[in-house]
Amino acid sequence: MASETLIRVCMGPAGIAAGGKQVIEAFHAALVDAGVSAQVRERCSSHQVGCMGLCARDVLVEVHQGDVKTVYQYIKPDMVQRIVDEHLVAGKPITEWLVDEVYASFYRKQIKVVLADCGRIDPEDIDAYEAVKGYEAARECLTNRRPEEVIEEVKMSGLRGRGGAGFPTGLKWELGRKSRGDDKYIICNADEGDPGAFMDRAVIEGSPHAVIEGMIIGAFSMGARNGYVYIRAEYPLAVERLKKALDQARTRGYLGKGIFGSAFDFDIKIKLGAGAFVCGEETALIASIEGMRGMPRPKPPFPVNRGLWQKPTVINNVETFANIPAIIRNGCGWYAGFGTDKSKGTKVFALTGKIKNPGLIEVPMGITLREIIEEIGGGIESGRPFKAVQTGGPSGGCIPASMLDIAVDYESLAKVGSIVGSGGMIVLDADDCMVNVAKYFVQFTQSESCGKCVPCRVGTKRVLETLERITTGKGKEDDIERLEKLAGGIKAMSLCGLGQTAPNPVLSTLKYFRDEYEAHIRDKKCPAKVCKGLLTYSIDEATCKACGACLRACPSGAVSGEKKKPHRIDAAKCVRCGACFEVCKFGSVNRE
Amino acid sequence: MAMVSLTINGKKITVPDDLTILEAANRHGIAIPNLCKHPQLTPFGGCRLCVVEIKGVPRPVASCTTPVNEGMEITTVTEQLEQHRKFVLELILSDHPNDCMTCESTGSCQLQELAYTYGVKGQEYAGERRTYAKKDGNPFIERDLEKCILCGRCVKVCQEIQGVEAIDFGYRGFKSKITTAYEDDLNCEFCGQCVHVCPTGALTGKLWKRKGRYEGVKETDTVCPYCGTGCNITVHSKNNEIIRITSRPWTWNEGFLCVKGRFGYPFVSSPDRLTKPLIKRKSGEFEETTWTAALEYTASWFRKIREEHGPDALGGLSSARCTNEENYLFQKFMRAGIGTNNVDHCARL
Ligand SMILES: Cc1cc2nc3c(=O)[nH]c(=O)nc-3n(C[C@H](O)[C@H](O)[C@H](O)COP(=O)(O)O)c2cc1C
Ligand code: SF4
Ligand code: SF4
Ligand code: SF4
Repeated sequence: MASETLIRVCMGPAGIAAGGKQVIEAFHAALVDAGVSAQVRERCSSHQVGCMGLCARDVLVEVHQGDVKTVYQYIKPDMVQRIVDEHLVAGKPITEWLVDEVYASFYRKQIKVVLADCGRIDPEDIDAYEAVKGYEAARECLTNRRPEEVIEEVKMSGLRGRGGAGFPTGLKWELGRKSRGDDKYIICNADEGDPGAFMDRAVIEGSPHAVIEGMIIGAFSMGARNGYVYIRAEYPLAVERLKKALDQARTRGYLGKGIFGSAFDFDIKIKLGAGAFVCGEETALIASIEGMRGMPRPKPPFPVNRGLWQKPTVINNVETFANIPAIIRNGCGWYAGFGTDKSKGTKVFALTGKIKNPGLIEVPMGITLREIIEEIGGGIESGRPFKAVQTGGPSGGCIPASMLDIAVDYESLAKVGSIVGSGGMIVLDADDCMVNVAKYFVQFTQSESCGKCVPCRVGTKRVLETLERITTGKGKEDDIERLEKLAGGIKAMSLCGLGQTAPNPVLSTLKYFRDEYEAHIRDKKCPAKVCKGLLTYSIDEATCKACGACLRACPSGAVSGEKKKPHRIDAAKCVRCGACFEVCKFGSVNRE
Repeated sequence: MAMVSLTINGKKITVPDDLTILEAANRHGIAIPNLCKHPQLTPFGGCRLCVVEIKGVPRPVASCTTPVNEGMEITTVTEQLEQHRKFVLELILSDHPNDCMTCESTGSCQLQELAYTYGVKGQEYAGERRTYAKKDGNPFIERDLEKCILCGRCVKVCQEIQGVEAIDFGYRGFKSKITTAYEDDLNCEFCGQCVHVCPTGALTGKLWKRKGRYEGVKETDTVCPYCGTGCNITVHSKNNEIIRITSRPWTWNEGFLCVKGRFGYPFVSSPDRLTKPLIKRKSGEFEETTWTAALEYTASWFRKIREEHGPDALGGLSSARCTNEENYLFQKFMRAGIGTNNVDHCARL
């Protein structure tokens, strides 16, 4: 019998970090407590769910009673007893713990397709997935449709690959189907190496069966009998839930021989990646599965013709696969109803940075950046002016505040020098130095370059050195020109996507924030006051109370002064650590 | 095999469809610069110098890995392409010791030759250079990885030709390097195929050091004395001393040798080497003699043993270093000359 009261506790990564597991245990304990009547206990069920999205307010707890949903935020285990006593037993929700307007505006513009079941069902329970029509789409395809029909449906939906490049998924499957060979492979790319991205992890942790179902449908369409999920070993929870889900699916006969009673055999293996960003590139990923060093190779031949073990192989991203069951269940027309002309459907983003409500969001393509940042994200946390948003991770670019009204879709973001990419979205405010942001990403791509080709291996190193010079006040007049020349050469000459896109963070900041580069180089100033080497500290004699705090804090003996006399900083001795600035209670230390 | 027609620099050519653009161009006398492609190894695609333009394709493509296609219109030299090539050479040289003055490979270095052709000095993007304090202590191969351009040829030859896999790429980014397992000293077959294919001075023979490069060096094509395989070798000598042994790629052994053939030459000028026959006298002392006397002496003993004990008292054991023809003659000598079937060969043991 279904419970009348349902309690959902967020056990996404942020939920767990905030103590989700202890909260669930507290509910279990409180519910069997003598104080709770047997009647209440029978009517209640509590379970874990994947990421609910609004990670900033974790632990989130939902109480469902009939059609009424009550959501609590910031729940700690010691708060559970009161929820049970007052809400579940006495029927009076605890108003001061409820989520506020932020919660409503966070979800208002979101449309959940991929994340529909994340945060709703227990990801470790196949029954919970089946209760929300899980595996219906795969069963329908395998028992009632021909592969060509399935491919047509996916093509008509307009779904494009969510791994970064946005290649039409239906077309890829068709190429896979037409590619000659009996032995074909399908691979789910769960390498997710972009800094700041956690979409794919959340999907696998929150609804692993949806990914498996998408893979079954893909395998059936192209005629693959073997699948791999290539997932980074740094995602232990996702790996564990995926393993459990695969075992459950195998037990039900949804994987293995003659699945869903059809003549189709298909199974999936997990391959753990060791955490190299470049292994997300499809040819490097294939090399890695084959047991070799993950180094990209030139295309053609493309994986659909010669992929894993030289056999036809389709590689799709986690989110791409997770879209498939809903597309089959609801039809391509329904899916194509979301989004823009060329970018259909919804996209999951990991919203992070200087935003009030960081978290995992899913929005229809074509929504504006402003809607995402101001309405869903709740604006800038510090209240300082919004400066830019970085999309697409190390392959993407920075979009300035003046362009907040552009639509978020493949074409519009490309037009302004960035990309949708896999879905990282980092919000920057006036305290962020754009040269430093560019440097951060180049540091990442340089250290993650596989080393195979010269423009990427050496070129990004030279870009990084130039940026390091600029941010430490040693920039030269022709450094901007040098950066542009290097960037152009690296883009044109690198072998794979990593190198070809590595200069994007530099080019886009040069395009929109050139003045910041110039301030660093010419005036030796960092306008955002981030680059330590460019800051100077001095003491305002008029307001200095001669308390000596700065004198004691300074590690390099640069501060001098006596009682009742304003203190001074010797610029020659100052190491620019900022300790004096931090300790001064009177705001008398100037930082410029 | 199907044939396809295409044009390269306006020249119409017809080639088998399983060639790459680079192979097709080379077959028709059109050279395209490259550093990582070795004719006997599978393409790598890393140095990016062999880029060409294909009509209708927006990006320059690497000709070493791109297969030919019907109707392709390819250009191998444009101002843009030459600029791209210079860019890559500038970057390579910016991370190179540029000490050609004292480098063993001067004159036979492909990087030096390209830098010379393009007039690139490596100053434009000067920056940090990789430096390695540790030297490899193996006895044969000097591995000066500061000169390595990571073309991957050594890795490929060791894997694809020698089947040893002693080395591979290690680390990432600027720190990438060719390394042995755990960065130990090289401990392999020391065949030197990697030295043979290395386009730079990163891999050279330890024995070669400071012995001579081009000036006054004589090259003599001959056959390796070590075994019956008979690899073709080229002996480099200076002032009547062997300073290096190499093999040319168009020989039947395709330029590949074994450790003995490539590095086992110092015996030739060793003072311990026997250059005249010796006979051990009753006193136990060796006494120098002539070949005629030595052969006479040996034959007389054969004769004596056969007469006193019969031919089967004698047996012959031939050497793996002999050719087929020599082995044939040897068994013939034993059977027809001595009259016994007691004949065998050390390679059987
Ligand atoms: C350096 C680099 C890293 C990549 N990392 C990922 C990744 O982590 N996950 C992913 O799905 N695709 C990644 N890709 C894109 C894949 O190569 C491939 O295009 C994608 O998995 C195809 O799936 P899709 O068509 O569903 O997008 C990466 C590409 C490059 C060049
Ligand atoms: S572009 Fe960078 S990551 Fe890609 S193959 Fe070249 S060196 Fe490797
Ligand atoms: S000497 Fe031969 S076995 Fe040793 S690393 Fe070189 S190619 Fe490999
Ligand atoms: S050692 Fe020589 S052959 Fe090997 S990667 Fe370096 S330059 Fe190429």
